[in-house]
Amino acid sequence: MRGQRNTQIIAFLILIALVIAAPGMLYPVFVMKVLCFALFACAFNLLIGYVGLLSFGHAAFFGLGAYVTAWTAKNWGLTPEVAILLGGVSGAALGTVFGGLAIRRHGLYFAMITLALAQMVYFFCVEAPFTGGEDGIQQVPRGKLFGVFSLANDMSIYWLVAAIFLIGFFLLNRAVHSPFGQVLKAIRENEPRATSLGYRIDSYKLIAFILSTFIAGIAGGTKSLVFGIATLTDVHWSMSGEVVLMTLLGGLGTVFGPVMGALVVTAMENYLAPFGAWVTVTQGLIFIACVLAFRRGIIGEIGARLKLAL
Amino acid sequence: MTISRRALLGATAAGAIMPVITAPWAPAARAATSVVRIGVLNDQSGPYRDVSGLNSVVCVKQAIQDFGAANKGLTVEVLSADHQNKPDVGAGIARQWFDRDGVDMIIDVPTSSVGLAVASVCREKNRAYINVGAGTAELTGAQCAATTIHWAYDTWMLAHSTGGATVKAGGDTWYFLTADYVFGHDLDRETSGFVTAAGGKVLGHSTYPFPSTTDFSSFLLQAQATGAKVLGLANAGADTVNSIKQAHEFGLTGKTRIAALLMFITDVHALGLATAQGLVLTESFYWNMNEKTRAFAMRIKEKTPNNMPNMVQAGCYAGTIHYLKAIADMGVAAAKASGAAAIARMKAMPTEDDAFGTCHIREDGRVLVPAYLFEVKTPAESKEPWDYYKLLVTTPGNEAFRPLADGHCPLVHA
Repeated sequence: MRGQRNTQIIAFLILIALVIAAPGMLYPVFVMKVLCFALFACAFNLLIGYVGLLSFGHAAFFGLGAYVTAWTAKNWGLTPEVAILLGGVSGAALGTVFGGLAIRRHGLYFAMITLALAQMVYFFCVEAPFTGGEDGIQQVPRGKLFGVFSLANDMSIYWLVAAIFLIGFFLLNRAVHSPFGQVLKAIRENEPRATSLGYRIDSYKLIAFILSTFIAGIAGGTKSLVFGIATLTDVHWSMSGEVVLMTLLGGLGTVFGPVMGALVVTAMENYLAPFGAWVTVTQGLIFIACVLAFRRGIIGEIGARLKLAL
Repeated sequence: MTISRRALLGATAAGAIMPVITAPWAPAARAATSVVRIGVLNDQSGPYRDVSGLNSVVCVKQAIQDFGAANKGLTVEVLSADHQNKPDVGAGIARQWFDRDGVDMIIDVPTSSVGLAVASVCREKNRAYINVGAGTAELTGAQCAATTIHWAYDTWMLAHSTGGATVKAGGDTWYFLTADYVFGHDLDRETSGFVTAAGGKVLGHSTYPFPSTTDFSSFLLQAQATGAKVLGLANAGADTVNSIKQAHEFGLTGKTRIAALLMFITDVHALGLATAQGLVLTESFYWNMNEKTRAFAMRIKEKTPNNMPNMVQAGCYAGTIHYLKAIADMGVAAAKASGAAAIARMKAMPTEDDAFGTCHIREDGRVLVPAYLFEVKTPAESKEPWDYYKLLVTTPGNEAFRPLADGHCPLVHA
């Protein structure tokens, strides 16, 4: 147990070092995109990896977070930190409603309910006047952090994104390794037994759902500030599919897996763009290869090989 | 499963890592030289790949060749990428092109949301931007920029030409089939306005849920029952193609004239003349207009044997030629230093190319190309491959687009 702790701490330190060093090696805007998606995937992983709930509608919370942040930053002129927080809160508010409905069912039905509700959000965003429909919300100002530090420069917003990512990541990790997280894992392993031990599993599931949607909203809001846009792509069901792909590819139920998955998927999207149609083909092939050959995902396989819990 | 994990891993890792390690480093080192770099950013895998796609890249390369860049001492490189119709991917590529790869001008960019997102990146980075593929008139309206030029068409022009000119050609009662989202409603509202202004009458509208509607039969029957002379399709892409096919199956094509508000010759080709005959639509370029357009189209066709350029691809050609002209005029260094200056120089010169002839660029960035209302020929009338259009009405460039004052472009102080 003690050895496990130490390797985790070392892995964290490596992660922090990588986040700090990354903009020197890679294009900062690309790294920011990876971090936003990594946070989103970590939030999703909290549900599927630790509670065993496959939410197929996480794009709704991500997208709503993006829209709310973009809209408040642009129209109310809120500072970035407040706008992002509002994005997270609105994600959580929506998550409370959706989670409250969806956790009453299990397995496939849970996934279908979340998908159906997320599709409702999508069509709401297509129609609602404030989202700008097809065009989305454009030209969102990055603003000034705390009203003081300008974020117009790519590097200055990078540190904000890095901080948000690391805080969100630690928050989720803290939740997973707390007594609360132990109960979640117990629910994942054997729900009737957790009930028989006296836990109110619905409350635990709902809290995990709300936490996950809050972080998803934060991730969406951050992304909308980085790129200055919030559009229908963020709420489309394919975004829900992409986050599933990231988490599976990186390693379900591992702490670092979603980050790795987000890196791989985003890198493909980015660096394969000059090759046209190959992006989607490659994504499909990698997904097939992952399911056939390494089901535990990249980090999961490395962890199993080295006998470490990463 | 007998697939060896190691073999799979090795193969995929090698394949995946290759572009990742080569892409970011290789071009970055060249960013400082005086080579002019043009980035073609469009859809190469999704619904607009035939409208723009690789044929746009071919047209840009042809423009560089026709301009004789090499003889004039200009070294021009072309980059291209697929934005997958995602605004964040498009904006991300644009940023990367400017920051790392030293791209000076981005051209094409279909899909309104991506087109607008890239426009704000270009404004922020002060690089030239010639949008051809996106329909939104916002590009030269409230969101116009000193770095933006919008070439071949926009929704206002399509609605105005197809709506107004069709009424003049005798189609004075209309029924609309409208996709239930902003784009569909905009097209519907604008076209209705032009129809009534020209003395026509709108008999009704059917709105259908977007996307996900594939069965248009009930709406088509409603349209048929009103006896409208023209069925206006306020939709795009696959919806337009589906509704035309179904209208054909219901026998509407003989009696009712179908007006597609956003359609390209490449879509007509995909549908086939048997289905598409009698359709009216607006484009600003047709390969078989005159000697020059034919010569241009044949040069392109040599390289893409299965395709003829449409107005978007022709716009990429014309835009590149005009941009190179401005650069040759003002000097490479000055053009690379400021995209806004290059665009200002482009606005100051009349355009002259084989595809659109001589045109003028307005101060809001709108290129005033003439709008042509075409009718699709019957299979009997068509004499050769791609011989698809009969010209009905020409709207000259200075009347074809939204008047300057109505656009509320902040650049215009009038």
